[in-house]
Amino acid sequence: MPIEFRTASTFSDAAGLIAGDRTARLLSGGTLIMRDINEGRLTDGLILRLVDPAYRQINLSGRVELGAGVTMAAILKRRELAYLHAPAQAIGGPAVRNMASIGGNLFAESPYGDFTVALLALDAQVMVMQGFGAPRAVPLEEFLAGRARGGQGLVTAVQFAPPQNAADFRFRKVSRVRPKGLAVLSVAAHLPMSGGRVSGARVAFGAMAPVPMRAKAVERVLEGKALDAAAITAARAAAAEGIRPVTDAIASEWYRREVLPVHLARLLSGQD
Amino acid sequence: MAKIPVQFRLNGSDRAAFVGPSDNLLTLLRRGLNDFGPKYGCGQGTCGTCTVLVDGDLQLSCLTLAATCEGKHVETVSGMAEGPVLHPLQQAFMDHFAAQCGFCTPGMLTAAKALLAANPNPTRAEVIDGISGNICRCTGYDAIIEAILAAARGGQAKRTY
Amino acid sequence: MLEFRKDLFAAERDDNLNIVGKGAQRQDMPGHVTGRSPFFDDHAFEGLLHLKVVRSPHHHARIRAIDTTAAERAPGVKRILRGADVPLNKNTLLSLINFGKDDEPTLAVSKVSYKGEPVVAIIAETEQQALAARALVRVDYDVLPHVFDVEEALKPGAPVVNETYPNNYFEYHDRYDHSKLRFGDVDRAFATADFIVDDRYQMSPIEHAPTETNGSIAAPEQNDRFVVHSCAQGLFFSLGTAAKILKLESNRLHFIGGTVGGGFGGKVDSLTEPLSILGAMMTGQPVRYVLDREEEMLYGSPRGAERIYIKDGILRDGRIVARRIRSYFDAGAYTRLSSYAAIKCTAHLPGPYTIPNVSADIYVAYTNRCPSTAMRGFGITAVDFALEVHMDKGAEACGMDPMEFRILNAYRDEDMKAHRRVAKNTALIECVQVVAEKAGWPLSDEARRQSSLTGGGGARALIPATPIDDNGRIGRPETRTGPATETLPAGAMRIPMTKQPIMEGSAEARPTPAAVPQYEPYRPTPASMPPAYQPMPAAPPPAMPPTAATAPPPAAAPAPAPAQPTQHGAVRFSSVFGTRRR
Ligand SMILES: Cc1cc2nc3c(=O)[nH]c(=O)nc-3n(C[C@H](O)[C@H](O)[C@H](O)COP(=O)(O)OP(=O)(O)OC[C@H]3O[C@@H](n4cnc5c(N)ncnc54)[C@H](O)[C@@H]3O)c2cc1C
Ligand code: FES
Ligand code: FES
Repeated sequence: MPIEFRTASTFSDAAGLIAGDRTARLLSGGTLIMRDINEGRLTDGLILRLVDPAYRQINLSGRVELGAGVTMAAILKRRELAYLHAPAQAIGGPAVRNMASIGGNLFAESPYGDFTVALLALDAQVMVMQGFGAPRAVPLEEFLAGRARGGQGLVTAVQFAPPQNAADFRFRKVSRVRPKGLAVLSVAAHLPMSGGRVSGARVAFGAMAPVPMRAKAVERVLEGKALDAAAITAARAAAAEGIRPVTDAIASEWYRREVLPVHLARLLSGQD
Repeated sequence: MAKIPVQFRLNGSDRAAFVGPSDNLLTLLRRGLNDFGPKYGCGQGTCGTCTVLVDGDLQLSCLTLAATCEGKHVETVSGMAEGPVLHPLQQAFMDHFAAQCGFCTPGMLTAAKALLAANPNPTRAEVIDGISGNICRCTGYDAIIEAILAAARGGQAKRTY
Repeated sequence: MLEFRKDLFAAERDDNLNIVGKGAQRQDMPGHVTGRSPFFDDHAFEGLLHLKVVRSPHHHARIRAIDTTAAERAPGVKRILRGADVPLNKNTLLSLINFGKDDEPTLAVSKVSYKGEPVVAIIAETEQQALAARALVRVDYDVLPHVFDVEEALKPGAPVVNETYPNNYFEYHDRYDHSKLRFGDVDRAFATADFIVDDRYQMSPIEHAPTETNGSIAAPEQNDRFVVHSCAQGLFFSLGTAAKILKLESNRLHFIGGTVGGGFGGKVDSLTEPLSILGAMMTGQPVRYVLDREEEMLYGSPRGAERIYIKDGILRDGRIVARRIRSYFDAGAYTRLSSYAAIKCTAHLPGPYTIPNVSADIYVAYTNRCPSTAMRGFGITAVDFALEVHMDKGAEACGMDPMEFRILNAYRDEDMKAHRRVAKNTALIECVQVVAEKAGWPLSDEARRQSSLTGGGGARALIPATPIDDNGRIGRPETRTGPATETLPAGAMRIPMTKQPIMEGSAEARPTPAAVPQYEPYRPTPASMPPAYQPMPAAPPPAMPPTAATAPPPAAAPAPAPAQPTQHGAVRFSSVFGTRRR
């Protein structure tokens, strides 16, 4: 069966179609799906477009809710989301940023997924709709762990509490090509400070495992510490725990392992 | 394989076509409507030679499903000049030798046009970001960056042919 | 940023030229900025069909069976092409100038020798249909052992990559497994040297990555001809290649091109033209065959990798007295242009230096990699990199400044080069001086006083006595390190031949001569007068008169003297190298 194209006008229509057809794939920004089509890897199945306006909505009252169809460019236009500008800016050139969506980024395979790394450090929840019924909140980490299995239904939005202080949130992407390029690695850290000490650290790595991962060892060594040289040294030492980088066209596994602590330390010390 | 009808505007004129459900906009423009301005360089979003404007936004036509263009306004390099009068960017590209083989030029010009529309006075770094989705294998970019900066400084449109 | 140094070589230059040295608008610029330049793919055809190829997933495998029945029935499929459909399914690019044997099929028949080798072509109404049908072709392979390393490939018992060259090397002059350069006696000179600097350099293949991928559109034209829109860098080279492979009179092909979306050498292989024309012949419809980006990057033939060994003998005062080079070009599975790259490399050695004793063995080895081809300066670029790194190491060994070391050893006008041509228009010394000046690098007064125009010639123009050897006879790897067989006396320009040269070019699978273009036989012209604006050499004429237009082929090449026309009427090498001033 060749490719079929349909448009769904509401979340529940789309979720229903996805639940009823194993071949169905949501066309969000299309930057990844279209490549598969163009190169003959995707030759049949249902391609579904969702035109529900809520899919591209940004809601900033209280917890932040970003519709899964929100693009990187749309995030860059919102001053309130300045802490997310670095990861949004890190994804492709201007045309890609106009198309690439947050929802698609959750599914992007390593070394892609830079925005998801940022969301992971924000402890985001993914709103998932399986068939009909209301969306269910799934912690991003759990969502990513199950990603390889597939059958995740429709992602309608992501939610997270904005950082109290924008400066507590940091993001760094390392690539070989400037100003844009695929990730050698990316690192995001949310380090809320309380009385000069880190409290509730969240650190995430991209391109260090098949899916973006939390750096729990780093979080542990930073917790309750001032961000001083000793803490940064400890973080460096803990950086490699649990990572499973791969060798690809961008960097070797060895290189990724070697440079991760360096870039983590630079991020933590606020160096450029 | 059911064909899908699409109607949209291309460089200011109404166009209608039947497209396949997996056709991309680049194929529609080139093979369906004979607009050979946008080029195929990769089909995966990495080269930018297929760059067009869709409702004023920069997009990669190879990554845009043609069927989603219903009712949109698509602009390509082919609509940049006004008759024989070149757009100031086109003139600046000529004046600054900003093309060698010319294959990246349609995409570069389109990206530059979107950049100047949003930011008429870009810095060099902003110009570099503006064309960062476009690969040029010939020029080494410098001439292109100079041309865009020159156009922003108020290059003159000129009649050439 | 651009600076013309008119103070250098002022006497050799005419500054009153109309175009040279002045800016001029490109004539294709209006087309480029309006998006109207006609690249090969920018042509509309009614009923255009699309061709995609099935490629080998293995580096080396025997093809047991090909089953296209499901693909034939797939929606939109018009025609499937297999090796048997290609009129002359074996070719080598330089056969048009009688260089090398036909070794590469258009579509593999019995075995595949690299990952990505085309096996079957599918022609369908849309690209998507061709891609979908491509997935339905079943090819049954017996995987064979493969070899990726150039030196491993040359060892006895290595897997045979390319049956045309069963020892995994290109055959030079029907005699040697490598291209030879012998000038002076390196072994004796090494014995006199104070320092020996020996090292190994390994280059990687490099993809040209043109912005426009390789492709072509062929369509039936009136009068039983085919029009072909091509991105070929050498349009008539491609026409000749297609005519040969398709066994067509070349006047039945109407090639249109010249507007190339970046080539850099990667568009000389006629990767797509023969199949699109064949498709148009078989379907009676226009056929378009364009590589996608992944195919271009993985299978679009790169600059070949090279492994280079350099050994220098250096005196305490910094003079290099001997240089030995052994280099291996990785041709990949088929020859394409590697055979020519190796000749260019041989002729370029020992680089822009005057070294009295030079010896080089340059191999072209077949491996189970994507065939490599031309790329900007191929044959030269990699060896130059290695040589310059080696120069730095040499300078370090003898405790000299690397810039001064280069100036000391630089060639100068009227010096004899190792391939027995007199050096002219040399400029290395001035280049180094200007670079040092720009970099604020201190040079001694003496180095600053040196000039390419003076100090050359004289004893530096002499050809030394040269031991020659029979190492590396075809099929006899054990002879690769034999002793010298004789010593050519000082001044000897060429090796006397003991037998008539056998003309190269394939006897195998060659079409009737009518199917390929006829070339004028080579007629040596008398040494021409130097162009008027060139000053007479400052130094007295060197002992060996420059024999520019009639110079012989490279050192070990057989004499072209018996200008016996071959099948195409060309004397071997006449167009590849050797009878023409570069
Ligand atoms: C030139 C180029 C450069 C790039 N650079 C980067 C980069 O630097 N960093 C990076 O992270 N990525 C990069 N990408 C990859 C990609 O553009 C982004 O990851 C983008 O965010 C993917 O989103 P999309 O909307 O385009 O995905 P799509 O292609 O629309 O979708 C991708 C997959 O996710 C599924 N999907 C999408 N949305 C949903 C949803 N709401 N519910 C369920 N399933 C869904 C789709 O069905 C599909 O399987 C690049 C891509 C290109 C072409
Ligand atoms: S063809 Fe669309 S980005 Fe290359
Ligand atoms: S001019 Fe050739 S790719 Fe830019």
